[in-house]
Amino acid sequence: MTQHDIIIIGGGPAGLAAAIAARKAGIGDVLILERDDKLGGILNQCIHNGFGLHTFGAELTGPEYAERYSDQVEELGIPYKLRTIVADVSENREVTYVNSTEGVVTVKAGAIVLAMGCRERPRGALGLPGYRPAGIFTAGTAQRLMNVEGYSVGKKVFILGSGDIGLIMARRMTLEGAQVCCVAELMPYSGGLNRNIVQCLRDFNIPLLLSHTVTKIHGKYRVEGVTVSQVDGNRRPIPGTEEFYECDTLLLSCGLLPENELSRQAGVGIDRVTGGPVVDDSLMTDIPGVFACGNVLHVHDLVDYVSEEASRAGEHAARFVKGSVPEGREIRLEGSGGVRYTVPQLIRPDTMADSVVVRFRVADVYRDKSIAVYYDGVRVQKRKKRIMAPGEMEQITIRKDGFAASVPEKITVTVED
Amino acid sequence: MNDNFDFDVCVIGAGVVGCAAAMMLGRYELSVCVVERAEDVCSGTSKANSAIVHAGYDAKPGTLKARMNVRGAAMIRELSRTLDFSYRENGSLVLCFDEKDMPKLNELYERGIKNGVEGLRILTGEEVRRLEPAVSDKAVAALLAPTAGIVCPFGMTVAFAENAAANGVEFRRLTTVTGVERRGEGFTVKTDRGDITSRFIVNAAGVYSDVIHNMICENKLHITPRRGEYVLLDKQTGELVSHTVFQLPGAYGKGVLVTPTVHGNLLVGPSAEDCGDPEDTETTAEGTASVKQRALLSVPSVPYNMTITGFAGLRAHEDGDDFIIGESAPGFFDAAGIESPGLTSAPAIGEYIAELIAKKADARPRENAVTERRGIPRVSELPAEERSRLIKEDPAYGVIVCRCENVSEGEIVAAIRRNPGAVSLDGVKRRVRQGMGRCQAGFCTPAAAAILSRELGIPMEEVRKNIPGSELIKERI
Repeated sequence: MTQHDIIIIGGGPAGLAAAIAARKAGIGDVLILERDDKLGGILNQCIHNGFGLHTFGAELTGPEYAERYSDQVEELGIPYKLRTIVADVSENREVTYVNSTEGVVTVKAGAIVLAMGCRERPRGALGLPGYRPAGIFTAGTAQRLMNVEGYSVGKKVFILGSGDIGLIMARRMTLEGAQVCCVAELMPYSGGLNRNIVQCLRDFNIPLLLSHTVTKIHGKYRVEGVTVSQVDGNRRPIPGTEEFYECDTLLLSCGLLPENELSRQAGVGIDRVTGGPVVDDSLMTDIPGVFACGNVLHVHDLVDYVSEEASRAGEHAARFVKGSVPEGREIRLEGSGGVRYTVPQLIRPDTMADSVVVRFRVADVYRDKSIAVYYDGVRVQKRKKRIMAPGEMEQITIRKDGFAASVPEKITVTVED
Repeated sequence: MNDNFDFDVCVIGAGVVGCAAAMMLGRYELSVCVVERAEDVCSGTSKANSAIVHAGYDAKPGTLKARMNVRGAAMIRELSRTLDFSYRENGSLVLCFDEKDMPKLNELYERGIKNGVEGLRILTGEEVRRLEPAVSDKAVAALLAPTAGIVCPFGMTVAFAENAAANGVEFRRLTTVTGVERRGEGFTVKTDRGDITSRFIVNAAGVYSDVIHNMICENKLHITPRRGEYVLLDKQTGELVSHTVFQLPGAYGKGVLVTPTVHGNLLVGPSAEDCGDPEDTETTAEGTASVKQRALLSVPSVPYNMTITGFAGLRAHEDGDDFIIGESAPGFFDAAGIESPGLTSAPAIGEYIAELIAKKADARPRENAVTERRGIPRVSELPAEERSRLIKEDPAYGVIVCRCENVSEGEIVAAIRRNPGAVSLDGVKRRVRQGMGRCQAGFCTPAAAAILSRELGIPMEEVRKNIPGSELIKERI
């Protein structure tokens, strides 16, 4: 069986950054496995700008941002396989992949970085009643058909869900001459970035209906319209509030789900809130030598954070291959009081870096509240935030020297006054 | 046989019953055509049902339903091997929730014995839960039928159609019957694509079988489309139960089932709602909620947050509540009112009708009739070596298009090139399961559409979900 030092599953922004970091950390034998026909992942279909403000101080389009990384991969001579699907990952770090030139191949890895990304929640999972006609797309599928394949999916569009891809597509389809009637959001707040609400909806006079959902899809063969209802505090449609919107297309932007089928197969422990692996401060899962980063770990708001996180995963994978294994005591991290989750979920004080960034999302819109951090019930950090929203990731930093005196069992991150 | 007609037999409807009849007729020296309104076979009731092979204890002894059910179940067991479609004998349980209902459970048992169902046993509540730990504590007893099974309804219907085509049966899809008239000893079938003349007609028009029947027969039929809603869950949940779990009809209604599918998903349903419109396959918030709620009576832990889709199907319910099979007018053979256990009974109905017609036409069995068929290889299920060999022969088998169900380009191409082949996204999906997984075709739709466009030689704008009017995209930018 062929052996590689590090195998990276996925050649999107996370996989590329992890591969580059691992190589720069001195690992020669890194292999990227990518299922699509080019590197870059979903960025290739995100032709709008706004990527890379944090990383490069520039406003790049998705393909431009991806290119900065794929160019480095080429320059460093990191090998990758395209149109290659990973069929299986085993607990002892054997990776089975399939492609049309080699057939089925099983290779052994010193370390694995999971970077498979996420997928969109489909209509069926949302339980939208009505017919099942053509013309219902997840926003990302429509984005791909439009920006990569070059086809328009509809002329009169209704968008359910205010996730970022939906907001971006509202603008994109308007610019291509379609009429976007409205964006409806089940929650009382948007799931997307504020800048996208401003730049993609307000600038184009597209209404955003908060606390609304689609309660019926009309049209037997092609979408002919949707019935939209207001929802109550329990997200249940309020009878009598139904309104009909004529449209030929329904786009769905109702949440992203980390794609962890391979992780589960391998036996990696999954966090029920993030839908991604449970990891420690080195981004290692509960299987030694298997790391995770990017949207397969938790859904990010900005790609810049994906790249940063993935670089760390790549560095830690490199360290693992060289024999430095994360181990020792464990501190549990948990979110409470409005903090839905934390990544990582675990810190190992004995082997941790000098400081560790902990990222999380909040459960509601909070104004003029604080983020607080407790070590075994004792508050050690408190920072005021003017606004926090579920659509945007928040972060805190945990410093190693904070454990000099004593190591807590549990670190709690919470929202408070 | 008869030079005065285009065909000896015209089968109206390419659902599972029409395809089974065509397959069985094709095994005689008869020329046969099948006309179908939709763009593909298996597009009506056959595509949206419980996918169950019923053991045969439900139907009243002596009825056509009972006879066809028991014979059909036995045939499917055999045909799944010779025609290579997915079938598993997983056994079924009918749960009883009230001691007062025990006589009804015993009645089912007795009926099953009379109908010739093997292996039936009444289990205590505890025995049931030992067998199926997820079953509710409220179940006090159950009827176990080990010979019940689950089948892929798409795979079975397509297998019948392909086997029929291999014996010369002609399929005319996207062809709607607008009238049936007498023509000498036979008929003229009027369609939107011209007339077809035939000596015999098989009416397998599903929810429209009353309309077709009434075009020619004196005694009128009335079919009520009865809508059933279902909820389908992710494959992660497919092992929650291993048997098909029914509920004994009781005070709470007719009951819904919880079953694994042959592909490893979990299926919950159906509701039962009579509707006037034979096209009314929409799901409703109330119907879905009611099905989900009622299933919890049997299996309280169904994880509905793992739902991947919901759908509705229509059963053709006839007022008299039995199958209507046979020669209703000279030369006109009905297979009407085929509701549950219609999927199970289909091959038996096909066999029975083919025998009747062959006898009347004095047709001999076809010499060297094709009786076996290989399905499209499911490459992801092959052992590594075999999969590699197939990829070497045809590299398209190494390109995975649908990542959720692990479907390769090679399989999609094969689905299109078969006879009768897929001409739509739905047709591809039903043959090889592309788009049937947890992302529900989010990722693979563009690629599958491009393959259809290339293989059929049509522009992308003409790639359809199913019939004309269901085009996927509007225009090239």
